[in-house]
Amino acid sequence: MALSDTEVLAGLAEIVAEETGLDAAEVVGDKSFTDDLDIDSLSMMTIVTLAEEKFDVRIPDEDVKNLVTVNDAVQYITGAQS
Amino acid sequence: MTRISIKRGPEFSRILGLGAARGENLVTNDELAGPIDSSDEWIRQRTGIVTRVRANPETSVVDLAERAARDAIAAAGIDAGQITTIIFSTFTYPTMTPGAAPVLADRLGCGTAAAYDVSAACAGYCYAIAQADALVRAGQSEYVLVVGAEKMSDFVDPTDRSISFLLGDGAGAIVIGPSTEPAIGPTVWGSKAEGAPLIDMTASWLDFRDKDIPFPTLRQEGGSVFKWASFEMPKVAAQAIEAAGLKPEDIDVFIPHQANMRIIDQMIKSVGLRDDVVVGRDIADSGNTSAASIPLATERLMRDGAVKSGDIALQIGFGAGLVFAAQVVVLP
Repeated sequence: MALSDTEVLAGLAEIVAEETGLDAAEVVGDKSFTDDLDIDSLSMMTIVTLAEEKFDVRIPDEDVKNLVTVNDAVQYITGAQS
Repeated sequence: MTRISIKRGPEFSRILGLGAARGENLVTNDELAGPIDSSDEWIRQRTGIVTRVRANPETSVVDLAERAARDAIAAAGIDAGQITTIIFSTFTYPTMTPGAAPVLADRLGCGTAAAYDVSAACAGYCYAIAQADALVRAGQSEYVLVVGAEKMSDFVDPTDRSISFLLGDGAGAIVIGPSTEPAIGPTVWGSKAEGAPLIDMTASWLDFRDKDIPFPTLRQEGGSVFKWASFEMPKVAAQAIEAAGLKPEDIDVFIPHQANMRIIDQMIKSVGLRDDVVVGRDIADSGNTSAASIPLATERLMRDGAVKSGDIALQIGFGAGLVFAAQVVVLP
């Protein structure tokens, strides 16, 4: 069953918190992964891989650079759910 | 009916001795950061590298291999003349033919040994061990010298941000020979060949000959390689442990290819090794030396007294191809 935006955001925030040590509450929609959350491209790859497993979606490597904000990632994941 | 005979060798093989040689110069992050618009802090945080070893211009990859090989042969307690096969893993020997292996054979005084090169990038050392193990147990070769040696500094663009600053020059060598006990587990190896474009050269030699382009150098799609190595390779490592009839908690030492400290850290999380497992982290000092990285990391652990003869080690190499190989070995 497809998850809602809110559920995906919560799950993604958990992954980001686990990977980076940030507070999950800081992972909000309009924040940029690199500029606001200080997440580098290697951590981003880890987050994407864990999100693929958690949400059972595929996120091709070439699409990762388009996931600039948390909202971009949430929209991508909800859109990719079958 | 005419029937040919086959040979059979000893039931088991083992690593009898190990040697290592690093490039003469310790190059700091500060020395490389300028042309890539970076910093010591960024390089350390992204890769775990503090220094990398680079050879002098006049030092060749065979020079490095020779030093490592002589130490390995001495450690194995045999004479060079007893080596019956040399497998030289490298992608940075700068002459198409003859290979590096016969050049080394001549220098070492085993000039009648079977001698050939293997080009399997950062998996080259583990690929060569798979071959050496099989050759010994098939009775095809009594003592095999396996060399992993690279001089990547000859093939890097100092302005390349994707890979150049990671790379170092060095050689590791081992002698594999007969054993009365199992000491090299089955190799789990293969490829993800669709990933070939992810680590490659900027041009071919023919492109360089025919077009007005810079000398070909190394490049990679670092993010994709990181993802593959960090999340696909732990599965291969687990298969190698199982193939050796062991469980993760049986592994005393983990010696992965020294590609990036963050890959090493992610792999340790995923493979489920013991909390007190000893881990090879030579990348901090030597950088990423491709086919030499696992034997150099092993040598550092041995030199530091962090491991002992008889320890059970899991090795895994992975790199351009994309190719990979893992096996459990007993340390010499």
